[in-house]
This record gives sequence, C-alpha cells and structure tokens, in this order.
Amino acid sequence: MNPVALLNAMPGAISQGLIWGIMAIGVFITYKVLDVSDLTVDGTLCTGGATFIMATMAGFQIPMALLLAFLAGLAAGLVTGLLHVACGIPAILAGILTQLALYSVNLRIMGKANQPINANNYDLLISSRNVKVLSPENPIFVVGVFVVLTIAVLYWFFGTELGSSLRATGSNANMARAQGINTNFTKVLGLMLANGLVALSSALLAQYQGFADVNMGRGAIVIGLAAVIIGQVVFGKVFRNFALKLLSVVLGSIIYFVVYQVVIALGMSGDDMKLITALIVAVFLTIPYWKAQYFSKSVKIGGDHHA
Amino acid sequence: MLDIKNIYKTFNPGTVNQKTALNGVSLHLAPGDFVTVIGGNGAGKSTLLNAVAGVWKVDSGSISIDGVDLTHMPEHKRAKYIGRVFQDPMMGTAATMQIEENLALAARRGKARTLRPGITKADREEYIERLKILDLGLEERLTSKVGLLSGGQRQALTLLMASLQKPKLLLLDEHTAALDPKTAAKVLDATEKIVARDDLTTLMITHNMKDAIAYGNRLIMMYNGHIVIDVAGEEKKKLTVPQLLELFSKVSGSDEASDKLLLG
Repeated sequence: MNPVALLNAMPGAISQGLIWGIMAIGVFITYKVLDVSDLTVDGTLCTGGATFIMATMAGFQIPMALLLAFLAGLAAGLVTGLLHVACGIPAILAGILTQLALYSVNLRIMGKANQPINANNYDLLISSRNVKVLSPENPIFVVGVFVVLTIAVLYWFFGTELGSSLRATGSNANMARAQGINTNFTKVLGLMLANGLVALSSALLAQYQGFADVNMGRGAIVIGLAAVIIGQVVFGKVFRNFALKLLSVVLGSIIYFVVYQVVIALGMSGDDMKLITALIVAVFLTIPYWKAQYFSKSVKIGGDHHA
Repeated sequence: MLDIKNIYKTFNPGTVNQKTALNGVSLHLAPGDFVTVIGGNGAGKSTLLNAVAGVWKVDSGSISIDGVDLTHMPEHKRAKYIGRVFQDPMMGTAATMQIEENLALAARRGKARTLRPGITKADREEYIERLKILDLGLEERLTSKVGLLSGGQRQALTLLMASLQKPKLLLLDEHTAALDPKTAAKVLDATEKIVARDDLTTLMITHNMKDAIAYGNRLIMMYNGHIVIDVAGEEKKKLTVPQLLELFSKVSGSDEASDKLLLG
C-alpha cells in the first residue's frame, strides 16, 4: 500500500463522490421516498452526459446544456413512469425496458460509443485537471455548490403539498388514494424528478472526466444504492431531518469512492470493484432483513381481512 | 344522498375461485343517515364499501352521491366526497410520516396539491384543537411518526383525518375490529361524537351485533351479496340480538348461518 498515492487520490475520490452523490439522491427519491426500484438510471447516467456534450458542441451555453441534460432525464423518467402506470408493467421491469432502450438512444445522441469533449475548447464548469487546485475552479467546490442547491430545493419541494403527496405515495399508497392523491401521477412525477437529477449528475460527470461513454452508467443503480445504504448505516441514527438524510446520501457516496481508492491502494484491481460493490449492497440489504427475521419477536397488528 | 342502484361484482370470473360478492345491491341513504352494516364472512360488506370507495369498478349498476355519478370515477377522485377508516390500523395512515403531516395530507383531500407549504402555523393550531377531541394526548406529539402510535391511536387519528375535510359520506370498515375491547369502545365513542357533531352520513360495518343495534339510525344485514334485512327508526331501536338472529335465519333460511354471523 502506498500512502502517498492514496492521499493524492483523495481529492479525486471526493469530487467523484460529490458528483455521484447527486445521482444517489435521485436513487434515494425512488428507492426510499417512493418505494420503487428504478433501474432506468443505468441508462440515464449516460443520457445526461451525452446530451450535455452534444448540446455544448452544438453551441449551446453551459447552463442551457445542463438544462437540456436535466430535461432528457425527466423524459427518461416519464417513459418509465408511463410504462409502469399506464401500461401496467411492474416498475422494475419498466425501468429495465427504458434502460435498454436508452442504450440505443444514447448511441444516437452521441453518434458513437464514446464522445470526448476538450476542456480547452469549451468553458466547462468542472474538470478533473483542477482537482488539486485551490481555486473556485476546483470541482469539489463547484459540485459542492450543486449539492447544496439540490438539497435545498428538494427539502423545500418535499415540504410542499405536492411533495408531501409524493412521500405519502411511497409510505402508504392505499392511504394516499383514500386522501385523494392520484398515486399514478405522483409515481410518474417522482420517477421524472429522480432521473432528472441522475442526468444532471451525468452531465457533471461527463465534464469532470472529459467524455461521455455509452457504458458509463453500467451498474450505476448499485453504486447509488450503496451510497444510500452506507449513508443510512453511518449517519441514520444522527441525521433525522430530511435535508440531513439527503446529505447523508451524498456523504455515503463520498465514503464509497474513498473506500474504492483504499481498495485500489491495497493492490486490488479496479476490475473487481463492481463485485465488491454488489457484495457491500447485498450485505447491507441482508442485515435488516435477518435482524427482523431471526432476532426479534414479531408483533402482528390487525386481524385477518374480511371479505 | 348516496344512491346505489343494482350493483354487481364478481371476483375471478371464469375460474374455480369465482365469487359473486355483490349480487344486485341497491341502497339509498338519506342525508345524515348513520347506517350499521352486519353480516357473516363473505357476505359482501367490505365489498360494498370498496365498491363505493372505488377500489375497483363494479361490473354493472351505478353509484352516485348527491347526483354526482361516481360509477366510473377513479378512487382518488371519489376521495373528494368520501372519508374512510379501514379495519387494518396500518392502512389508513402513513407510518413513516409525522402526525401533523398525515393530518395535512387529509386536510387537502379533494383539493389541488400545489407548491404551497404542506403545513402552516394556522394549520398546526387547528390540528391541535382537533386532536384534543380524541382525548389521547396526541396534540402534544404533532411531530411524532405515526408508526410509533398504537393501533387504537392510529384508528382514532384515521377517523379524525377522514372527517378533517367534511366528507359527504363516511365509510367505516370494521374500524374497531383489530382493537382490544377498551380501545375499541374509545374509538367508537369518538366516532359517535364526530359523526354527530358534523352530521355525517355514515356507513359502518361492524361484527358486533350489540354495536350494530346501539349505534346509528338504521341497520342493514348482508348475506350472499344481497341486503337481506333493512330496519330503521323505532323498529331498529327496539331490536335485540336474539331477535336479529331470528330475523336472519328466517331470511337466509338456515340456522347454522347465525353461528357464522356471530363468529364473523
């Protein structure tokens, strides 16, 4: 293990953690708030970057290109949502269908499998080359601002009447409908919002690494889940407020990328990281289930249903 | 007020599990009617309430409230007119949300949900006043998660939520069945108070014949997807449990049914 190399890798790990943190917030919205497993994100995590790069190269201003990427994410979420609520396809399968379709769409957007963008020719918001520079150009600072703004806006939104109806849908859809909430609408809205955030994260990632690649989203959902779960395990007891919960997701993402660097520094191959990620997520998902199954007395509330 | 005309509902048609749960049910409720519904397992009581609430669509027949045709209206739109409390205390509230958040959701029933704040200061004061009626001390736990409450507290809260926006019709589906006798009595007491205060038109399913006689101004009994007994006013007040059982065996033409009814 090389401590200096590891230390040198930290700023990059934190930058990536922040960028993926925005993506993980999207996963948090579907998985935790809406109680839907949305696999669209593996596709959307390329769509956002691809859209951003092509829009930028076509002459759009950076903020406009970011907006277009966000809109592309909303559209992807809309497709999954409609496949789910209007066509009756189970949410998980609807997400897989959109994800598969997006592979082709992403190739169409870029015209090829890998689309680079040169930070010298365009006024990109962030680049990995500035990761150790102490200036406002540093991606940790820039993405940090994005993270804070994202959390602030979401905190406000989920406190509104509309945002509350989204939370109610995930908590108890029966109750939500009995209170007059159109749960089909809220599910679609939640899927759109989540994928919009994933696309935004993707646009930042494409700038950071200087390219978009048709495979850049592979396994993204698992990394997102890892961030959500790590955040919950590490900070769940202390962070109760909704904004802090969102923050814990981002911190979970940073921890994930720091651990990634440690694993690399320990001499393991980066190729094994997806295996390790899958294992981490599987273990953390198993713990609460086994706890409930084998280590507690279950109390059943409510009798049998009458016809 | 509520007008149910000749509704039919068959579950799993064409399979071995085919079950005609509603077999031509018609029912008219006058404004302010408090109707108790009894019947054995599988008689169609809950099916009737779910048909009105719009959990699924009926096969034929029509349902309307105050002249508004609900027959083809989705569940969430019918909620504008209907407040509901379910048998399962888990079903009527959002466990992961706070008491005040649940109330706020209920306060917007039938209204557009906008980007205004979910809860305002004025809302909070109103909720405190409302919660005091329940006499469970919930007014001091506004920000507690509903998942922390007992079954009885949750049912009382659901009841309050169902009546927060005055509904045209209140549907109570054995809402005390899952509670211990003492808590059940408390929730029933709160039910009577709220129904009387707001003069709510109410359909209440109960498995308890005494309660069915004691509460409300009208009693219906269901059997095999039909309404077989319908008594109101003085006649209902004078009713006793043995009489009710006798009446039932006469209508259904079977003695064993009375056991089923008692146990159901």
